[in-house]
Amino acid sequence: MEHAAVSNVSLARRAWSIRRNALRMGEVQGQGYIGQALGAADVLAVSYFHALRYRPGEPDWEGRDRFLLSIGHYAIALYAALIEAGILPEDEIETYGMDDSRLPMSGMAAYTPGMEITGGSLGHGLGIAVGMALGLKRKKSDAFVYNMLSDGELGEGSTWEAVMGAAAWKLDNLIAIVDFNNQQADGPTMDALATGPGTEAAKWQAFGWHAEEVDGNDISAVVAAFDRARNLADPRPRAIICNTRMCKGVPFLEEREITHFVRVEPEEWAKALAHLDQEMPA
Amino acid sequence: MIGPNSRRTPAHIARPRPAERGARTSAMIASLDAEGRDTIAAPFGHALVDLAKTRDDIVGLTADLSKYTDLHVFAQAYPDRFYQMGMAEALLMSAAAGMAREGFTPFATTYAVFASRRAYDFIVMAIAEENLPVKIVCALPGLTTGYGPSHQATEDLAIMRGMPNMTVLDPCDAVETDQATRAIADHPGPVYMRLLRGKVPDVLGEYGYRFELGRAKEIRGGSDVLFISSGFMTMRCLDAAAALEKDGISCAVLHSPTIKPLDEATICAEAAKGGRLVVTAENHSITGGLGEAVAGALARNQVHVPFRQVALPDEFLDAGALPSLHEQYGLSVASITARVKDWLND
Repeated sequence: MEHAAVSNVSLARRAWSIRRNALRMGEVQGQGYIGQALGAADVLAVSYFHALRYRPGEPDWEGRDRFLLSIGHYAIALYAALIEAGILPEDEIETYGMDDSRLPMSGMAAYTPGMEITGGSLGHGLGIAVGMALGLKRKKSDAFVYNMLSDGELGEGSTWEAVMGAAAWKLDNLIAIVDFNNQQADGPTMDALATGPGTEAAKWQAFGWHAEEVDGNDISAVVAAFDRARNLADPRPRAIICNTRMCKGVPFLEEREITHFVRVEPEEWAKALAHLDQEMPA
Repeated sequence: MIGPNSRRTPAHIARPRPAERGARTSAMIASLDAEGRDTIAAPFGHALVDLAKTRDDIVGLTADLSKYTDLHVFAQAYPDRFYQMGMAEALLMSAAAGMAREGFTPFATTYAVFASRRAYDFIVMAIAEENLPVKIVCALPGLTTGYGPSHQATEDLAIMRGMPNMTVLDPCDAVETDQATRAIADHPGPVYMRLLRGKVPDVLGEYGYRFELGRAKEIRGGSDVLFISSGFMTMRCLDAAAALEKDGISCAVLHSPTIKPLDEATICAEAAKGGRLVVTAENHSITGGLGEAVAGALARNQVHVPFRQVALPDEFLDAGALPSLHEQYGLSVASITARVKDWLND
């Protein structure tokens, strides 16, 4: 299988499974960036089950689309997607964050099949993506490079060096996905960066990118945005600003005072999983 | 504010008029004075062009400094393999990492200050942590410009030595720059190489020297002093050795262009022969460069010998003309010669 979209399983069900896998990993450690994972699950479902070309049993396949996670702390979300995609075995959920695990708390290329880069020091992913996109063009490959970055990462100046470089080199094989949940460690991103829904896409457009904003928890809207980004004829890099809601899909966590690192009490993991199980989509 | 330990002259204190010091220019790209020796133009650029004839994987990237790192020679020969990344060092290093991930061998050039200071985290995390074969080649190492601290990379070796996986080189001359460029292209991991650019003296050829990654080599023997040096300071040590010989002082010169991994075996074996004052000489701060690397190796290996360092002071250095600054900060042949005599008489 080179394209995971060839499946009867709905994207909503894929997103549900990603949320469930992430909650199970969170339960193992009693902590984790579960708010981000639940929020980004729909975008990851569209990425891995609609947009990306890959071979689950051959994560280094040369023809694959590259998916770079700059936000290392979102590893729990990407592991959840890689498990659902069949790139990682489900039974490794029990090892999340443990000694000798292939699933460390912050994502690193050397540890995990399907993890293309070592993230975590924010502001690196898009620059690496520029180099990979240039490299793929040199090799005359038609693969795409996706870079998932966060709204907080827009504060790193290096992100904007890469934004300018990608436009200068007309990298139409590069797609930036910004998970915009308006939450960074010390508070709302919009307060720190004077950016947010309604203004962020215009900034990228002014830098020479195709850019649009979508509700990142509306799967049909995300699919349409990915399709436009992949099929655009313009020789420009593409950005999809995905406005997402932290903890999406688990209402009692969604309603909690939103924080970068959501506190979940020991008994609440089971409660959250039970809620998801009641809401399993077709 | 200038601290009490700094030797820099506060602005309100009158400096000597240039004429009193002997007027010299403070051009940014000062060629190293060739001291009557032959020079070779742009040895790095020409070596890279030669390599690229048989190596399709080699690409060149720069952050708006191709002309001042001799990469323009490569860019002219292989325009489609040259990537101008703009004045953006974080992008330069990250993009080089990305190209290495796709199977290429990128040579990324800028000034040593910009790589070691501005782009450090990107070199650590995008390149070194993943052990990617990116070759970072940087002009204006140490004190090779009179522009002051903005362009003087006096601590670049200390910064790069601190990074796991990084190989760190400080070649001496044109011959070695040519050979080292070829050697690092074959090395599987990341490399930081200091670059002498423009017209570069040709010194080591006459000694039949061959560069080997990770190896220190004796350039000349001697019984009273053992110089252990890197970069252009090896030229200065050879000249100092010739001058001291006239005064009956016999000096050996052990050239150690690979700062990391240091050739501890050769260095300790040479020092352990005994009876010689060990003098390290480097175009770098006294903190964290070749001298302290050698001192650490000697101490760890229980080689207890008299030890002195020729190095730049742990200060922000003055602007000015390079020959004046080399005299002022002790890198000149006259300064080395005088201090060795003092140390021997201590």
